[in-house]
Amino acid sequence: MLQRLEHLLGTEDLTREQISFILDQASPFQEFQKHPLKKLATLRGKTVALAFFENSTRTRISFATAAARLGADTMNLQAESSSLKKGESLLDTVMTLEAMRPDGIVIRHPSSGAPKFVSERLGIPVVNAGDGTHEHPTQALLDALTIRDRKGRLDGLNVTILGDILHSRVARSNIYLLSRFGSKITLCGPAMWVPREFESLAPNVRRASRIEEAVKDADVIIVLRVQTERIHEPGMAADEYILGYQLTPTRLQLARPDAIVLHPGPMIRGLEIDSTVADGPQSCVLEQVTNGLAIRMALLYHLVGGAAVEPAPATK
Amino acid sequence: MRVVEKRQLLSAEEIDRTLQRLAHEIVERSGGTKDLALIGVRRRGVPLSERLAKTIHGFANVQVPVGTIDITLYRDDLSTVGAQPIVHSNDIDFPVDGRDLVIVDDVLYTGRTIRAAMNGLFDLGRPKRIRLCVLIDRGHRELPVEASFLGRKVQTSDTEIVEVRLQEIDSEERVMLVDRVD
Repeated sequence: MLQRLEHLLGTEDLTREQISFILDQASPFQEFQKHPLKKLATLRGKTVALAFFENSTRTRISFATAAARLGADTMNLQAESSSLKKGESLLDTVMTLEAMRPDGIVIRHPSSGAPKFVSERLGIPVVNAGDGTHEHPTQALLDALTIRDRKGRLDGLNVTILGDILHSRVARSNIYLLSRFGSKITLCGPAMWVPREFESLAPNVRRASRIEEAVKDADVIIVLRVQTERIHEPGMAADEYILGYQLTPTRLQLARPDAIVLHPGPMIRGLEIDSTVADGPQSCVLEQVTNGLAIRMALLYHLVGGAAVEPAPATK
Repeated sequence: MRVVEKRQLLSAEEIDRTLQRLAHEIVERSGGTKDLALIGVRRRGVPLSERLAKTIHGFANVQVPVGTIDITLYRDDLSTVGAQPIVHSNDIDFPVDGRDLVIVDDVLYTGRTIRAAMNGLFDLGRPKRIRLCVLIDRGHRELPVEASFLGRKVQTSDTEIVEVRLQEIDSEERVMLVDRVD
């Protein structure tokens, strides 16, 4: 029996069945993106609050577009203009939003655990759109959908994650999700960004210090952005990073011939990824963006649309 | 809730004969098969539309395009049915613009399913015409929807349920009238 989701806080809490259910439900919404008329009335009259306490362009636009295509309205709270700057607490801000009676809330916050904190205090579904260095579950789900489409399966793949693992919520969410399907995950990046503790996050996670070793026989390579704005310790020079960890065509050749390359964006060409790879046939970066809409539509449909009871079968 | 079977409405042979007749009627009243396409409503409209296409191919030697529509996202009762019903994909691999579409479903009841199917089709383009073919019309309409091609009309009370069982889905072939008893 599938445990009904009330919130989406992270992939760590999701069962294999719940993940498969969400991916299966995204499939009709993938087809929907090709419709000439991309507007449903399914969530008409529902309101989704988009509370972004941290700057975001692509994730916010993706959620806003997903809500709009389902017919829901959105209320927007953005970091630059928010009362956060005036000293209001997170709880006061979200309680103010809740008082306007939205049917669900999507939260991005610089503090790990903020969406969970909010979910324990509000009576509406909460979707984590990225919290601190904790999780970014919708990114992992759209990555999984992209992988499943291209590879035909999720089970038992060799997945390599390159870059700043330590500060990456995308890496954590992907590790939790993919390990549910028995993936062998290899982490690679500068030593200070790939701590040993990550090997105990899930079974079959290992670290590799050299990129050549990390990408050898990989089915999937997830390239992370070098997140300069999160780095506090003395970082490494860009040319040193390029030399040691950039995904180049030569390095990609060490992976399986049908390996695919993912990047959560925004992508810095010439730093973590070579342009030839980014635009090559193995790159899935634009599919990831389209799949993000499908995943977010499926989640909003199931989380915001219904009440927590068994569906009544349609009788004729 | 318990259900009891009251009587059989159609046997396997009667379903087959009805579909043969409906296939002929569709072609006759369309003046041929030009632009004609069948759209099965998930779930039991799907095997019915495929059978109609097969029959048409049998006597007219034309392969009429067949598509499938899932009405879940177009239902008007989503907020009242509790947990959200599972969404399935449409499967219509031809443009609906300018087509002469026949929606195919098993039972016509309130008319709301057909309203939803039409909304779904409009999102895909602008058909030239949409007509409706159903195996059973059980009455109790809540919307001004009528079948253009009808298998059988049946008088029912609103506690009764018309159950269509098809080989492809149910591994048996018949139509029954059942009643809910508390």
